[in-house]
Amino acid sequence: MKLRKIVTTVDEIHLEMGQTIAPPTRRAVATAVIENPFAGAYHDDLTELMDTGAELGGLLGQKCVEALGITPAQAESYGKAAMVGENGELEHAAALLHPKLGAPLRAAVEKGAALVPSSKKMGSMGQALDVPLGHKDAAYVRSHFDGIEVRINDAPRANEIMVSVAVTASGRPLPRVGGLTADDAKGEDGLR
Amino acid sequence: MLDVIVRKRFVTVEEIFHDGGPIAAQPALRGVVGAVIHNPFAGRYVEEITDFMEDLKPLGKQMALDLIDALGGDPARIEGYGKASMVGEGGELEHGALWHAPGGYSMRETLPASNAIVPSGGPGTRIDVPVTHSNASYVRSHFDSIEVGLNDAPKADEMLVILVMTTGPRIHNRAGGLAAADVTGKDGLR
Repeated sequence: MKLRKIVTTVDEIHLEMGQTIAPPTRRAVATAVIENPFAGAYHDDLTELMDTGAELGGLLGQKCVEALGITPAQAESYGKAAMVGENGELEHAAALLHPKLGAPLRAAVEKGAALVPSSKKMGSMGQALDVPLGHKDAAYVRSHFDGIEVRINDAPRANEIMVSVAVTASGRPLPRVGGLTADDAKGEDGLR
Repeated sequence: MLDVIVRKRFVTVEEIFHDGGPIAAQPALRGVVGAVIHNPFAGRYVEEITDFMEDLKPLGKQMALDLIDALGGDPARIEGYGKASMVGEGGELEHGALWHAPGGYSMRETLPASNAIVPSGGPGTRIDVPVTHSNASYVRSHFDSIEVGLNDAPKADEMLVILVMTTGPRIHNRAGGLAAADVTGKDGLR
């Protein structure tokens, strides 16, 4: 893996529509900018990017947990996304995200029974990438459906890929649309 | 005394390993801390606004400490800095200028930081925050800028106030000029 940079952000909301949020919501997103080894030509075998996905799942998951200053077990929701520069193809994002990224990410946040919500797109430098978020152990927990935007002014270049992992220590600031709550979730089947 | 009402805060750390050249032994770090605060003057003209600078000082101080922390905790490692503010559409450019004193005060041991102000930014507006060497403005290797923005701020009655710090020069700096090693550090310039 040829890594050019990592950008990690922690976002805290203290006030929403005049309501004090105590403790504040806290969400982290870590993004790696890597060279795309398959840029410019069609390759049938994408194993190299799948292996890179495994490395990044652990690395970026740990960056988020560290930046939040929490224990892995305190992580509440997670998500992943990739944006491929113009000389690559959408399948490169899929190779990074789907086969191998999940297991090391789950190790970094402890458990993680739920599917890791994901999104992918082609894009250019400075473009916004929205990383979806869902509860890590029970996908139906409605208070934790969310998304966090990432934007890096100098990435991805044409031969690069941006890979993001987001981890939170909270749900949305003022959840009140019902559904399964985090407290009531069993977290065994990944759904409820 | 006006209350400083913080809606949200964020800290970003960028670790740069290379930019097409040799991979650095120690990645260069660039950090940003920002707070989205209520603009107490939004929506009308207020003549006397300078007291708010004093009110903002504790926030500035805390932001500087948090950013140093995110960059590893050692103030001696910070080599470059800058600050900026962005005012939501209900405010005026002059409100952004209020960040000069508290933003600078918070980071300054030696000299004024550089500053950028964007008037009338809306949610999603980006601002380029200038970065200079913290001890001598003419150090060419440390001139840089960091783009900052939030998709949900500033709203019309808000301001986004920002501090940035770096742990070193541009990753592959080779454009000559005064070198950090040659700084005398007496006048803040050289």
